Amino acid sequence: MKFLVCISKVPDTTSKIDFTDNNSKFNEAGVQFIVNPYDEWYALVRALELKESLGGSVTTITVGPATDEPIIRKALAIGADNAVRINAEPGDAYFTAHQIAEYAKANAFDVVLTGKETINYNGSQIGGMVAELMGTPYISLATKMDLNGNTATLEKEMVGGVEIVEVNTPFVLSAAKGMAEQRIPNMRGIMAARTKPLEVIEPVPCDDLTSFVSFELPPEKSEVKLVDADNIGELVNLLHNEAKVI
Amino acid sequence: MSVLVYIDTLGGTVTKNSLGAVSYGAQIGSTTVVTNGRVDASELEQLKNYGAEKVLVNRSVEGADASQLTKLIVAAAEQVGADTIIFTNDLTGKAVAPRVSANLKAGLVSGAIALPEADGSIKTNVFSGKAFGIMKVHSPKRVISLTPNATEIKEISAAGSVEEFSPEVGTPGVTVKEVKKQEGDVLLTEAELVVSAGRGLKGPENWGIVEDLAKTLGAATACSRPVSDIGWRPHHEHVGQTGIAIRPNLYIAAGISGAIQHLAGVNGSKVIVVINTDPEAPFFKAADYGVVGDAFDVLPKLNEEIKKLQAQS
Ligand SMILES: Cc1cc2nc3c(=O)[nH]c(=O)nc-3n(C[C@H](O)[C@H](O)[C@H](O)COP(=O)(O)OP(=O)(O)OC[C@H]3O[C@@H](n4cnc5c(N)ncnc54)[C@H](O)[C@@H]3O)c2cc1C
Ligand SMILES: Nc1ncnc2c1ncn2[C@@H]1O[C@H](COP(=O)(O)O)[C@@H](O)[C@H]1O
Repeated sequence: MKFLVCISKVPDTTSKIDFTDNNSKFNEAGVQFIVNPYDEWYALVRALELKESLGGSVTTITVGPATDEPIIRKALAIGADNAVRINAEPGDAYFTAHQIAEYAKANAFDVVLTGKETINYNGSQIGGMVAELMGTPYISLATKMDLNGNTATLEKEMVGGVEIVEVNTPFVLSAAKGMAEQRIPNMRGIMAARTKPLEVIEPVPCDDLTSFVSFELPPEKSEVKLVDADNIGELVNLLHNEAKVI
Repeated sequence: MSVLVYIDTLGGTVTKNSLGAVSYGAQIGSTTVVTNGRVDASELEQLKNYGAEKVLVNRSVEGADASQLTKLIVAAAEQVGADTIIFTNDLTGKAVAPRVSANLKAGLVSGAIALPEADGSIKTNVFSGKAFGIMKVHSPKRVISLTPNATEIKEISAAGSVEEFSPEVGTPGVTVKEVKKQEGDVLLTEAELVVSAGRGLKGPENWGIVEDLAKTLGAATACSRPVSDIGWRPHHEHVGQTGIAIRPNLYIAAGISGAIQHLAGVNGSKVIVVINTDPEAPFFKAADYGVVGDAFDVLPKLNEEIKKLQAQS
């Protein structure tokens, strides 16, 4: 089995969110970048587990500039065999998906895994677009996956429950919580990652279909109204008459 | 503007989020609705009160296969000449909207929280609700995936005729083997009221007071990540950055510290009530109302007081 895992770089979950250049750009000053948690904890680790039991290879792909390489090395340290970086600023989701789909088609991968969503722009777009561009099935928000020959059995979230589905390779999935447990890279992995192949490929031409023109921060919350624990009737009164939510 | 709205009728009913999407579409232009599944025509009738000119229904395509649904929606978009296609940004929307976008080369705005401005720009949620992004679409067609419960549902009357619609959608690429329905009465993503609890509750055996309050209110229950990680509560109740994001009218959080990753999933709630023994808990900074107190004491009292209110009205 050939697995392709899409790895993206995002600000650490505790980063302070603000914007520069007239609110048109995320302020990266002092921000620490990490592998998007869904890509690392769920998509990558499940691909590694399946490779370990069934054989095959795990390649990661990242659309991004050279400054993304530290997070790519982290994915290699966790256990991916090799990495590909498409040398471009990730434009919109369509641009990024187009790059991934072109590479995946040319190299005949069996399973393409993305994370549920990037935690910065929260699009949840790229997996579905890659599947459409490749003409394969797409299992969105998969929480479990097993493989038996060319047939995969997956559990996926659906409105009001979960569904168990079967699909043949090749296909694309987005990985959500439940797929696997986070793996912490060990010293040997970190050393090995330094010499694993990281291929850099130039992008294929593609126009962005969307762009962010600016960003805004939500208005400051006003001070919390405290109610005494011995006077919960007052809380109910406020919720009923002031906030009008009950 | 010609608008196509896709709605999911899982279980044969039209949800509040679907009404929201139809009404959103009708405020942009002449709106056709496309849907699938086993749903009664009478259930679809009500869509005319929210601005649907026409409803196209396909009874054979199953929801699990995003590629068949994509073909259905693309065919509907062609038939009505739609330039704007609208989804709800729920599990189905996340599976299908990106495919439709790539198929039609129509820019996708996901997580929209407002109507398009005069210049076409659309406000969305980014950074897990910690900021808003203003997005522009450069392609002639666009796909908008609407954040549930983010915009006002307006009643707009229209013709709303219901028609069968059976274009060629190919064979399914995905086979559904089994469906496991979530237990519990109120769906978290649809809920207007949510009662949530964290590690402060000490153990799964103590959740009775959370469930009792939820039952009185007709609310859904939720929890923080460690609580679902240790298996005190099911995974689908986990809200936050790595769980699900919700926007109820009222979010009651007991025994949850309010870590930034938790807030990321709930900060779109209209009103937040925090109950915590620690007056320094960070959650109080994000709350509208707070009680510094023991959840084991406050939750039952709150339940009693709400019952009293309900008895009065
Ligand atoms: C990458 C990443 C992603 C994450 N994603 C999520 C996410 O999606 N969702 C999420 O929830 N967390 C997430 N977390 C974890 C998050 O950082 C916190 O650890 C977690 O939210 C804490 O859960 P808690 O508030 O239940 O527990 P604690 O932090 O242990 O807080 C328990 C609270 O209960 C209070 N308390 C104790 N006893 C009582 C009592 N009797 N009555 C009332 N109050 C009491 C305490 O004062 C305390 O404030 C993530 C972390 C990381 C690193
Ligand atoms: N620049 C990128 N390079 C490679 N994969 C990406 C990139 N951006 C996003 N992805 C993948 O697509 C998933 C969904 O991203 P998004 O559609 O932006 O929410 C992520 O979890 C990643 O697996």
